[in-house]
Amino acid sequence: MAGIVSRLKGHRASGSMALKEPKWVKRLLIGVTVSFLFIFLILPLAMVFISAFSEGISVYYASITESAALSAIRLTFFATMIAVPLNLIFGLAAAWSITKFEFPGKQILITLIDLPFAVSPVIGGLIYILIFGSQGWFGNSLRDHGIQIVFAAPGVVLGTIFVTVPFIARELIPLMQAQGKDQELAAITLGASGWQVFWRVTLPKIKWGLLYGVILCNGRAMGEFGAVSVLSGHIRGQTNTIPLHIEILYNEYHTTAAFAMASLLTFLALVTLGIKTYIESKAADEMNEEIS
Amino acid sequence: MKSQFSFLRFFKSQPQVIPGFGLSLGFTLFYLALIVLIPLAGIFIKSSSLSWEEIWMTVTHPRVLHSYKISFGLSLLASLINGFFGFVIAWVLVRYSFPGKRILDALIDLPFALPTAVAGITLCSLYAPSGWIGRYLELLGLKVSYTPLGILLALIFIGTPFVVRTVQPVLEDLDQEVEEAAISLGADRLQTFFRVLMPPLIPPLLTGIALAFARAVGEYGSVIFIAGNMPMKSEITPLMIVIQLEQYEYAKATAIAGVMLVVSFLILLCINLLQSWSSRYQRN
Repeated sequence: MAGIVSRLKGHRASGSMALKEPKWVKRLLIGVTVSFLFIFLILPLAMVFISAFSEGISVYYASITESAALSAIRLTFFATMIAVPLNLIFGLAAAWSITKFEFPGKQILITLIDLPFAVSPVIGGLIYILIFGSQGWFGNSLRDHGIQIVFAAPGVVLGTIFVTVPFIARELIPLMQAQGKDQELAAITLGASGWQVFWRVTLPKIKWGLLYGVILCNGRAMGEFGAVSVLSGHIRGQTNTIPLHIEILYNEYHTTAAFAMASLLTFLALVTLGIKTYIESKAADEMNEEIS
Repeated sequence: MKSQFSFLRFFKSQPQVIPGFGLSLGFTLFYLALIVLIPLAGIFIKSSSLSWEEIWMTVTHPRVLHSYKISFGLSLLASLINGFFGFVIAWVLVRYSFPGKRILDALIDLPFALPTAVAGITLCSLYAPSGWIGRYLELLGLKVSYTPLGILLALIFIGTPFVVRTVQPVLEDLDQEVEEAAISLGADRLQTFFRVLMPPLIPPLLTGIALAFARAVGEYGSVIFIAGNMPMKSEITPLMIVIQLEQYEYAKATAIAGVMLVVSFLILLCINLLQSWSSRYQRN
């Protein structure tokens, strides 16, 4: 990477005029980029925080600590704490089987893992209503046992798991594909067991990608709206997550409170982006060390 | 007989040096089937509780037909707009340096990281007649929030990262010597751009547009606030599913979901073909 960049710079310093665009083209393109990103990304970002604090810090504090808000925060954390570890184990298993072995139908499996990305989140919620809802496959037996899944916390957890299935697997598969399996084979030949290989050889190599996958998965799990909205039943103080609570507040014209809750998730999103940038530079550094 | 034998051998007696094949693949398939595949198959089983005629009536109801026009039409338009701006942004981020570039580069992924409901209320407030941007557009006679134009804006917002992130790495890896060669052979900058630089960038560009389109078609959270959701005017297809669900018309909701699923499968297939084309291109 660094090699490419420095080479490009070298060219630019010595490059002939024909290798560059005219100055006005360059300025125009930078102008278009900056204004597009300002209007579409920076302005909304500023809007969230300015609206959240528009009535002062005490209103802000009251909005995020009222009981319905706290219960929404609790349910969001609960769903995330279940969804992320499950999808972490899935991501590791999927990446291990796909990148360390050859088997027929591998490409189809990769496509299937991506399915929750391609399917509307609303459909992600609908499918569990069809199975666990009152008219669903298991509807009667669940009712007989007094278990409620749909329009209750378990439904919210299921919807969250569904939409976040691909995140960690998708980060790991290309990474582990690029790293190959030579080092694992060497470790096995030297007498290491399978778990030893995983913990001592593979995990240190993939830790940054893994961490980024977990963070992305976490962000999406906390912010999921469509699937959870269909499955939750919107019972205030009971089955609302942070995004659903934001929806209710906004629709009831409690705009400042809505943005106060939104600012929590926006802060999380900014932290995610920050960690991503840090991890990328860290990974690039490590790659450079290996090369040099 | 022979083919069956070799197929079995593939699974059983091929020497696997690295352990864990059965465990990892077994768990992967089990989890995927349980969480994703069996529930999704439920869509087609549930729709079959309606007669073909009822299914047809549901998925071609005028209100639903109009929602296809909104969802698919605006998604296509938004992804094409993302294609243009995404390409420009990728170009600028790779080729030029200017103050604040690193921050902008990091912010590109904001629409991935920002929860859709947050994006929804923020865009809606920005473009409402009293909002920061909406109030100036109002002077020009442009209404954005609660109209299809608002839906388009939300779809452009959520689609921003896709094209940038597919084109950017390919553009970074392009060897500048090829450009030099073109110029030394007498091409001018525009010719170099269109005939030397552009061809390898087309597959990632199309992949990015397809990804943005796929995301836009199914999008719910960021659109639902700004759309206004007026029948025959600004209703998206995922909303039609939600409306049927709220009336406990599960079979009808499922029929509409079936239409969307088929379209999603087709888009996914296209993306896979595009990506294999793309990697073939890079190898050559």
